[in-house]
Amino acid sequence: MTAVKVADEHPLDAIIRADRMPHIWCPGCGIGIVMRCYAQAILDSQVPVDQHVVISGIGCSGRVAGYMNIDSYHTTHGRAIPFALGIKLAKPELMTTVFSGDGDLAAIGGNHLIHAARRNVDINVICVNNFNYGMTGGQVGPTTPRGARGTTAPYGNPELPFNLPYLVSASGANFVARWTTIHVRQIREDILYAFTRPGFTFIEVLAPCPVGFGKSNNIEDGLEEMELYRQRCVLVRDGDVRGDDLNIDLREDKPIYVGRFADWDRPPYEPVTVEMK
Amino acid sequence: MMDDRRVLTGKHFMNGDEACAEGALAAGCTFFGGYPITPSTEIAEHLARRMPEIGGVFIQMEDELGSMAAILGASAAGARSMTATSGPGLSLMMENLGLAVMLEIPCVVVDVQRGSPSTGLPTMPGQSDVMQARWGSHGDYEIVAYSPWSAQEMFDLTILAFNIADRYRSPVLILCDEVVGHMIERVVIPPKEQIDHWGRKRPKEPDNGRYEPFKVEDTDLVPPMVHAGEGYRVHFTGLTHDERGYPDMSAETHHQLVTRLVNKIRHNVDQIIRTEGYYLDDAQILVVAYGCTARSAQRAVREARQKGIQVGLLRLISLWPFPEVLVQELAEKVETIIVAEMNLGQMSREIQRATGHPVRGVFHAGGEMIPPETILEAIREAAA
Repeated sequence: MTAVKVADEHPLDAIIRADRMPHIWCPGCGIGIVMRCYAQAILDSQVPVDQHVVISGIGCSGRVAGYMNIDSYHTTHGRAIPFALGIKLAKPELMTTVFSGDGDLAAIGGNHLIHAARRNVDINVICVNNFNYGMTGGQVGPTTPRGARGTTAPYGNPELPFNLPYLVSASGANFVARWTTIHVRQIREDILYAFTRPGFTFIEVLAPCPVGFGKSNNIEDGLEEMELYRQRCVLVRDGDVRGDDLNIDLREDKPIYVGRFADWDRPPYEPVTVEMK
Repeated sequence: MMDDRRVLTGKHFMNGDEACAEGALAAGCTFFGGYPITPSTEIAEHLARRMPEIGGVFIQMEDELGSMAAILGASAAGARSMTATSGPGLSLMMENLGLAVMLEIPCVVVDVQRGSPSTGLPTMPGQSDVMQARWGSHGDYEIVAYSPWSAQEMFDLTILAFNIADRYRSPVLILCDEVVGHMIERVVIPPKEQIDHWGRKRPKEPDNGRYEPFKVEDTDLVPPMVHAGEGYRVHFTGLTHDERGYPDMSAETHHQLVTRLVNKIRHNVDQIIRTEGYYLDDAQILVVAYGCTARSAQRAVREARQKGIQVGLLRLISLWPFPEVLVQELAEKVETIIVAEMNLGQMSREIQRATGHPVRGVFHAGGEMIPPETILEAIREAAA
C-alpha cells in the first residue's frame, strides 16, 4: 500500500495528540466525531486551551482523554466525575470536562453521575451512548434497549434501560441535551454553550458501535445507524418530552427525540466560605 | 488573616481525630473529601467547620469511591488533599488507591480502624486493616502507613504523612484505631514556622507540550509533578505508560514502570520509616506493638523491668514500609519475640517472615484494648 499525503496539516493538529494516532476505534465508530466536536469547541471557546482539562473513565470513549492535547486524566472505571470534581474545586478557573461512555458514567459510575447533577457541581459531561460495552466486546449495559442482543444477553436483554436525559434532568443538572453523531454542529454548539453555563451540564450523544452493538442487532454498519438517526430524529423545542418517550430502540421505527431537555439556573455548587474576624 | 487560623499554635485538649484534622490544616491541606463513618467522623466534622475558615474545601461525597477519586483530582490540580474513613470505607477506596500509585498522585488517607471484618464493631477499636493497607489494591506496589499511638502523634504524623506523600508522590495512610481517634489528650501545636513543609518536586517551565511528565532524572526515582492547568498538556493514565505518560502495552514498559514505582519507596525506606525503642539494649525478650496496643505494651514492659525481666519494646510508628533490617537485627539479639496486636496475627506474620524466627502472639480480634496484664503475662511466660 502506498501512503498518500493528503494534507500538510489538520485544523485540529494543535489540540489532538497526532503522535498517538491511529486511534483504537473501530471503523464506523462514532466516538471520533464527538471528540472532533469537543476539540473544535475548545478552540472556539473564550477559554484559553491550557485552561481546559479533560477527564475520562474506562472504555472506548474513555480513550478520548489520551488523544486530546490538553491536560488529560484517564482515571478508573466510573470515577471520572468525582476526580473531575476534585480538580474543579481545587482550581476553579479550569474548564473541566468529563468525556466518557454510557457504561462508565451510568452503570459503574451511576451514583457519581446523579450526585454530581444533584450538587450541580460546575463540570461538563459529554456522554457517548452507543448502547453497549464496546471495548469488552459488545455486552449489554444500562442503556441497552430491552430485547436487544449483546454477548451477555444472547437471548435478548431482559432489562429496561435508563434514559439518560430524564435521569440527569431529574437529578438536578442545569443543562441537559441529547444529540446523535449526525448533529455535529449542534454538538459543538451545545458543548460551547455548556462551557458558558455554571453548574452541571450533560450532553448525551448517540453514536454507532457497528462492531459491538450493530452486529448483534442487525445494523449493518455505522452508516446504516447514521441513516436511522437521520430518518427518526425529532427535535424537541421546549424540553417537554418525558418518561418513556425518551427511550430509544433503534430496532423500532419510532422517534428519537433530540435537543435540549433542561436549561435551568439552579445555583451551582460552591464550597462553603466564612468570614473570619 | 486566613493563614492565622491554619495553625492553631498552643496547648489544646482534643481527641485524636480532631488532632489529625488540625495536623492536616497545619500541613497545608486545603481539600478534604469524605464520607461519614464511625469512628472517623469527627475528622470530617472538624474539617467541615475548619476548612471554610482557611479558605479550603470540605466536601461530603456520595461514597468512599467518590471521596478517594475527588482527593486525587484535587491533588492533581495542586492541592494537598485528604480523606478519612474506617475499614468498610477503606475497602472501597482500594480501587483508587491503586490509581494514586499508578498516577503518582500524593494524598493522605486516614483509616481509624474498628472491629472488622464487614460492619463489625463500628464504635470499638481494631487493628485488623494492617494487611489490607499493605496489599488491598490489586497489583504490585509499596505503600506508606503510619500508626500513631496518641492524640499528639495524630497531629504530628499527619503532617509527616503529607510531607512523605508529596516527597515520594505516593498515597500515605494514617492507620490509627478507635482508641487513639477518640482518646482526648493534650496536644501541643507548634508555631507555624516550626512545622516542616517539604514541597513537591516541580518541573521547570512548560516546553510546547513536549514535556515528559514521567521521566525520572533523580536517583530517588521520583519524577517532578505537573499540576493541571500549568500549560504542560500532560496525560495521566492508569494504563501502563511510558515517560511521556502515553499508554504503552508492552511487557517491557510495564516491568520498568512497576519496578520503578516499587523502588521509589524501597530505595528510600531510610527516609520514611519511623520506630521507637524502649529498653532494647540488653533485652532478651522483644515486644513489638503499635498504635493503642503499644501503650499497653509499654506499661507491661515497664512493669516487667521492675520485676527484673530483660524485656524491651519496639514500637512501630511506620507499619509500611516494614522496618525489616531493624527487626532482623533485634531478632538476632533476643531469645523471644512477642507481638501484641488487635487482630488475630497480621504484623506478627510479617515479623515471622522477616526474621525467620517463631513469634509469640498476643492477639485479640478487636473491640477492646489488649490490657497491659495480658502482655505482661506473655512476657512472664517467655521469661520463665
